[in-house]
Amino acid sequence: MGFNMNIVECIDVKKAYRQDTLEVRALNGITLSIQKGAFVALAGPSGSGKTTMLNIIGGLDTADSGRVIVDGNALEDMTQSELANLRLRNVGFVFQAYNLIPVLSALENVEFVMLLQGIPPDERRERAMAILDDVGLEDMYNRRPAELSGGQQQRVAVARAIVSSPSIVLADEPTANLDSKTGKGLLEMMKQMNERRKATFVFSTHDKMVMDYARRLILIRDGLVADDQVREGGFRFAIFD
Amino acid sequence: MIAVIIGVWSMIFLGALMRGMIEDMIENGIATLTGHIQVHHKGYRDDPVIENSIADLNTIESALESLLPPGTQWTPRVRVNGIASNARHSDGVTLVGIDPELEAKVSFIGHAVTQGRYLTLDEENGILVGKALIDKFETKLGRKLVLMSQDTSGEIASRSFRIVGVFRAEMEATEKQFAFVTMHAAQRMLRLQGDISEVSIRLKDQGETDRVTNALKETLPSAYEVHSWRDLLPLLSAYMRLFDGFMWLWYLVVFIAMGFGIVNTMLMAVFERIREFGLLKALGMRPWWIIKEVLAESFFLLVIGMAIGNTLGLLSVLALSGSGIDLSALAAGTEYVGMARVIYPAVSGKDVAMANLMVFILGLLVSVYPAAKAARFTPVEALAHT
Ligand SMILES: Nc1ncnc2c1ncn2[C@@H]1O[C@H](COP(=O)(O)OP(=O)(O)OP(=O)(O)O)[C@@H](O)[C@H]1O
Ligand SMILES: [Mg+2]
Repeated sequence: MGFNMNIVECIDVKKAYRQDTLEVRALNGITLSIQKGAFVALAGPSGSGKTTMLNIIGGLDTADSGRVIVDGNALEDMTQSELANLRLRNVGFVFQAYNLIPVLSALENVEFVMLLQGIPPDERRERAMAILDDVGLEDMYNRRPAELSGGQQQRVAVARAIVSSPSIVLADEPTANLDSKTGKGLLEMMKQMNERRKATFVFSTHDKMVMDYARRLILIRDGLVADDQVREGGFRFAIFD
Repeated sequence: MIAVIIGVWSMIFLGALMRGMIEDMIENGIATLTGHIQVHHKGYRDDPVIENSIADLNTIESALESLLPPGTQWTPRVRVNGIASNARHSDGVTLVGIDPELEAKVSFIGHAVTQGRYLTLDEENGILVGKALIDKFETKLGRKLVLMSQDTSGEIASRSFRIVGVFRAEMEATEKQFAFVTMHAAQRMLRLQGDISEVSIRLKDQGETDRVTNALKETLPSAYEVHSWRDLLPLLSAYMRLFDGFMWLWYLVVFIAMGFGIVNTMLMAVFERIREFGLLKALGMRPWWIIKEVLAESFFLLVIGMAIGNTLGLLSVLALSGSGIDLSALAAGTEYVGMARVIYPAVSGKDVAMANLMVFILGLLVSVYPAAKAARFTPVEALAHT
């Protein structure tokens, strides 16, 4: 039962990047599990391995060793095509930047994933509009990404990430390019989505304000889990004090 | 795109020019007495002596009547090697005895006389010679010319003719080589008694050459030999094959240049969209879909390029079809290979189709590389790319 409740299960995940002759060890054996419906922040200084971790959980990148199980699928056993399918059906992504396809309107961007999933046009449109309304972009269906502000673009990205009800939404520094007020708005919205749609959210950040929104905070340092706290009141991390 | 346009245009245009050149050469060769098919007595081709003449024209005539497709023209001829001479010069020529009426429908001579007149049906003394021969012999219209050759009994027959007409030909060699008299006159001079040397056949449709040649070979008794122009003009056939090979080589060169252009364009387009492809993949698009996307793009590039290239190619052919390209300045050189003085481009549907098909298929093939490249980006790499 307890296993079933975990959407993500990582066991001793290691990953190194080779740069010329130099080996950069990004992850040094991360073990963690994330429950369904969680709203988790991966925090840590720059270069600690947050992006790498999210990419591996999302099947965009593969671990050198260790096990990664997402929604019951062991990623290390899957082909590229199966991974693509997993991303399509089970995972929603929000990247730090460049989230939207520039030639498509906001509505089309949100519809795009459903198009790949083979959802009929009418239903696609209806659901895309509903989710854009949810994120407060009811007037901007037909705008191209270039005609939207950074915050609006990120909201479209969140809308796209959750529109097909994935089991998990991975967001890599979703607020990094936003001012604190807009960032707060986006986090508010994600939190609502988490509560209303019961979607699991895992996001990375090194912004203290963002961490305050999380219900669980995993601190990563030098490719290792340095601390892992569930919020009861507030977090207290030695490194930030 | 521009590469595709220029490529298709040049393939069609130069292809048409070359095709025009070849067809002209063939037409030239065929009109210069060869015809599409010739019938000879066995052995004549190896040893064109008077003994190897055809005695019973009737057998051949009935075979031809039943086998030749409608619209075909044919004519009997006497043809021997001899010596022409006047007071100043003498030189070897080929004496051709023709039926003026039938011959005019088969070979060039019917409409090649530029001074004097053509031969009449039963003329005994008239002879037609080429302009080049006249010049060489320092003679002119109305003067006499003595012809000598071996007759059927092995004696030297000699006879004097009067020059009644002067003809021009595409090639100077033709003007120097042939002298035409009526068939009667030739038969009498050589004591041939109705025998002839060859029958030359001109088909309405050159494409039927092989079929008719084979049919004739089967029907005619073994005392006769049937040859198509391909056998009769081995040099020309060889040139034709050479030109065909050359055309392929040209296609290849154009294609390689164009291929690089396409690959370059597509690679640039792919790299420009590398982040987009990365995003698409991150969102769960299969690699295969990305390949299809890129191929679809180059498909449009090719189709549009080909449409423009074809239009330009056909327009330039059309522009030149009136006046042709005048090579007379180079005539001395071109004559050597039997080329016409003016080239008219000839569009062959097969050439155009080949060029297009080749551009299209190879174009898509080379696009596979950028497409595969696009599909191989991992989303992480692509998204990191700025
Ligand atoms: N493609 C790559 N090639 C080589 N090294 C890489 C690559 N991606 C990441 N790294 C290295 O791996 C380590 C972890 O990188 P990662 O991007 O996961 O850090 P991060 O925690 O997301 O940092 P940031 O907060 O700055 O985004 C870093 O030292 C980084 O330099
Ligand atoms: Mg990062």
